[in-house]
Amino acid sequence: MTGSPPARPAERGTSMGAGHAHVLYREVPSPVHRLAPEAKITAMVLFTVAVVATPREALWAFAGYAVLVALVATLARVGARWLLLRSMIELPFVLFAFALPFLGAGERVEVVGLSLSVDGLYGGWNIVAKGTLGVLASLLLAATTTTRDLIIGLDRLRCPQIVTQIATFMLRYLDVLVGEARRMRVARVSRGDDPRFLWQLRGFAAGVGALFLRAFERGERVYLAMLSRGYSGRMPAVWQGAGAATTGQWLAAATVPVTAAFIAVTAVVLT
Amino acid sequence: MHISNGIINGPVAGVFAALALAALTFCVLRGRRDLDDRLAPMAGLVAAFIFAVQMLNFPIFTAGVSGHLLGGALAALLVGPWVGALCVAVVLVVQALVFGDGGVAMLGLNITNMALLGTAAAYLLIAGLLRVLPRTPIGLSVTAFVSALVSVVAASQGFVFEYWLGGTTDLGGNLAGLAGTMAGAHLLIGVGEGLITATTVATVAKVRPDLVYALRALKPAAPAPVPAVGGVR
Repeated sequence: MTGSPPARPAERGTSMGAGHAHVLYREVPSPVHRLAPEAKITAMVLFTVAVVATPREALWAFAGYAVLVALVATLARVGARWLLLRSMIELPFVLFAFALPFLGAGERVEVVGLSLSVDGLYGGWNIVAKGTLGVLASLLLAATTTTRDLIIGLDRLRCPQIVTQIATFMLRYLDVLVGEARRMRVARVSRGDDPRFLWQLRGFAAGVGALFLRAFERGERVYLAMLSRGYSGRMPAVWQGAGAATTGQWLAAATVPVTAAFIAVTAVVLT
Repeated sequence: MHISNGIINGPVAGVFAALALAALTFCVLRGRRDLDDRLAPMAGLVAAFIFAVQMLNFPIFTAGVSGHLLGGALAALLVGPWVGALCVAVVLVVQALVFGDGGVAMLGLNITNMALLGTAAAYLLIAGLLRVLPRTPIGLSVTAFVSALVSVVAASQGFVFEYWLGGTTDLGGNLAGLAGTMAGAHLLIGVGEGLITATTVATVAKVRPDLVYALRALKPAAPAPVPAVGGVR
């Protein structure tokens, strides 16, 4: 093929095999990045459970959690601006939180001329605070862990092999799916289709079945190539052994959930 | 549909987490038998596809959860109920762990609604409808459409049930309103999901019927045509 059209900006630099990192991963050296993934996952889940178990009236406890998140973010060299921009994902839930003071039942208070439910106000605060802390914790995990490490971490946490296998292929095939969708779009455009904005959806919807099949056939080839290189349903044993969490790493990672649990227990006792 | 941290209280979330864990363990045991060389890449692709379509989010303002396509029916049709439920669950776990979509502490609730309830409702309908409807592309499309629509609404009512059990804010008489809003919004989403599921499954069934689990499970495996050496002349 000579004289191929100049690549569009979106297509440059997309290689299918490069999917070990994901959009949220921040490639910087830091102690948090070096921590074994299974320790990070466990710490993050326990931290979130402690946050959710905290009674909503203990406002100071949530400030404590926020400080904890900020400390980890600083240690992981993740910027506050990046964190805040990415946490917009929970916007739909925050909207619900703002509706609650009007919907809630029970005792009501007057705030600048509006009659608001006290229970609803607390409920709204509860969702905003706990939701935001949970999102920030998962963003920190995402920023410091590659997808490959994530799956190895789940594997080491005794996640059944069928589950890690589906997760491996899911993350691998996301790139295949995006790549096929882009190729089909280029094919459509080069045949004179000139979709703008929402009208692209029509062409996409009509071709969704074809996209699925094309992605499957490409994915099947990827799978067969993996099989022929010795894939047996699990990532190579070399990966499993190297870099497993040491006792020191478990202890280092435990500081976050232990502090959070301490805050949560204090909050439960005090309220 | 992703429930964020703090919407449902801790004890109810814990009970549903245990429930989801038990059900998923069962799915793992049954799914292992299904997962062969043909189903493994398909399961991965179904999960990737569901992951991609769940990115399209529509906030439902008065109900507080986002509405989006769920993919339970697609998974049940293409990879069967056991592996299908696992696919949706894997999507939810990855979304909760790294994308912050749906709280980690609420994972049990989210898995119960979308992975278990959605896939189970879809598969029961698929198994029933495929027996009744004619074995034609239209029959399969109708099955896909109806099962997708019903599974989405069923999953949304799962959320209402959980909110009734352990919602952190007492909505009083508004719970019926919540149920209505959720059902209405998800009826619309279900139509979209039904169309996408029907087109996708119909295309796959037309070109590679061997890939559709639901067709395989019902039909006793027809003897594969043995190609004559040197091809048909």
